[in-house]
Amino acid sequence: MKHWLRKRPAGWVALTTGFIPLLFAIFLSFGSEKPAVTIDGESKQCLVCHGSHRYELTDTLTGETVTMKMHSELQIDPVEYSKATHGAFKCTDCHSIDYHIHPHPVSTKFEVNYTCMDCHGGDETYASFNFETIEEEYLKSIHATELGSEFSCWSCHNPHTYRLSDKEPGQLINRVARNNSACLHCHGDINNYAVLIEKELPDLIISHDWLPNQSLHFRKVRCIDCHAANNDSIMVAHLVLPASESVKNCVECHSTNSILMGSLYKHQAAEKRNKLGFYNGVIMNEAYVIGANRNYYLNIASVVIFIMVLIGIAIHATLRYIHRHGKHGN
Amino acid sequence: MATKKIYLYPLWLRIWHHVNAVLMLALILTGVSMQYSNPDYPLIRFDIAVSVHNISGILLTLSYFYFFLGILFTSIGRHYVMKQGFFKAFFLQAKYYLFGIFRGDPHPFPVNAERKFNPIQQITYNVIQHAITPVTFITGWALLYPETIILNVFGYSGIMLTSLLHVAAGFLISVFLVIHLYFITVGHSVTSNLKSMITGYHEIHEDEEKDSIENEEKSTSENTGKSN
Repeated sequence: MKHWLRKRPAGWVALTTGFIPLLFAIFLSFGSEKPAVTIDGESKQCLVCHGSHRYELTDTLTGETVTMKMHSELQIDPVEYSKATHGAFKCTDCHSIDYHIHPHPVSTKFEVNYTCMDCHGGDETYASFNFETIEEEYLKSIHATELGSEFSCWSCHNPHTYRLSDKEPGQLINRVARNNSACLHCHGDINNYAVLIEKELPDLIISHDWLPNQSLHFRKVRCIDCHAANNDSIMVAHLVLPASESVKNCVECHSTNSILMGSLYKHQAAEKRNKLGFYNGVIMNEAYVIGANRNYYLNIASVVIFIMVLIGIAIHATLRYIHRHGKHGN
Repeated sequence: MATKKIYLYPLWLRIWHHVNAVLMLALILTGVSMQYSNPDYPLIRFDIAVSVHNISGILLTLSYFYFFLGILFTSIGRHYVMKQGFFKAFFLQAKYYLFGIFRGDPHPFPVNAERKFNPIQQITYNVIQHAITPVTFITGWALLYPETIILNVFGYSGIMLTSLLHVAAGFLISVFLVIHLYFITVGHSVTSNLKSMITGYHEIHEDEEKDSIENEEKSTSENTGKSN
């Protein structure tokens, strides 16, 4: 190698001046989760069957026992439930008392599920959530207008696993994944989609093929950041738009007035520029968005340097011209 | 005035140079358009700018390695080697560009078959080609595959630091480009350097050659004096 380089000094110059090592050291931050609550004894009874893939049913007359499969829609993960926002509730807080009877009587099939507004409508405790506005926005959304009563709060927010996580610390990428999984439950699964609407399920990879760095966008931003209209009075946008009205103009995010500051980064302490001069600096805790994270001071420095270079060239060229002109004149 | 022509810029080098120039321009224009994107004043539509920037960046990487192999395995490489006494020569050349050029002083390092670049050109081209350009394409490839970038570096986003390095290196190249374009005009005539890069031949004029010989003699006699 030494001999080879001695024979090729240009290569030596290239190797010694080039290829600067770039990045080092990993410091990952892990966020905390909502602590699990203890499930009450009554609910534990329900979870004996609903917390499993299979359950046993005994005929009280003959004493015969059969093992049956639990429908996936009726299965509840006890661990997820204990961490869920509503995990402290007993099953019968929301469901009919008739569920205490086994096998469950036919009357339970006619049970009408509560919606968010049944508990939270006009509720002063949760006034900051603005449930009324959420409902107004939802009723204007494509989900409500296209699907009507087929769709409800629970279609996206599984009552048994739903967690209020947008304000929780932790990596944004995990919150994005959790949020998007609600959309993908139907939009990424033909079986769940077909239950709601008789339409061909669009292939998300193909319908988003216009999007540069597609997988990065899928991981770093939520579906609703482009597919729902922001409303300043609620924490998370609920006015889901038709595909044709969704954000498709890159610079709506990739600019100093990035709409992401009103959606994905809404809960972070927002300031126009951070101390280091970066616009939308809060985004940079998790990501870097071209155009949105330009730096005020570096912008000024680059313009000043460029102008100085141009002035220097202009002076140099003028002096050369004067010299040349004078020489020819003489 | 009598002139002598020497073939200094072979075809492979000229092709590389011009392709590189087009790619650099495309990268700077699309890069600036993305960095300063504004919904009201789009320079180039964002998605088009992204695609053009990515494709040009890939081609620039290939172009760099083509050039790298070229200087390693052809005699052109010798022009990039900075020899002993470089810094003294560098200041002599800087003095010429800052003062001598206006007084009509002879060029301290006129072009000849063995010396294509003066010391300032040498160090500038080496730094641009072997330090700053690699930084742009290494960080550019990293941004093309952001999953390869370390998430968090001492509390700062790895992607942000990589982007910052990418933009800063790109900015330095754009400053270089402006100065480089101006220096096209600093030949024997305003267009002689441009013609050389098109035809491959550099014209050595009689007065330049005289200066050159004078300089060589001067430096030879100085060296002899010192050794005595």
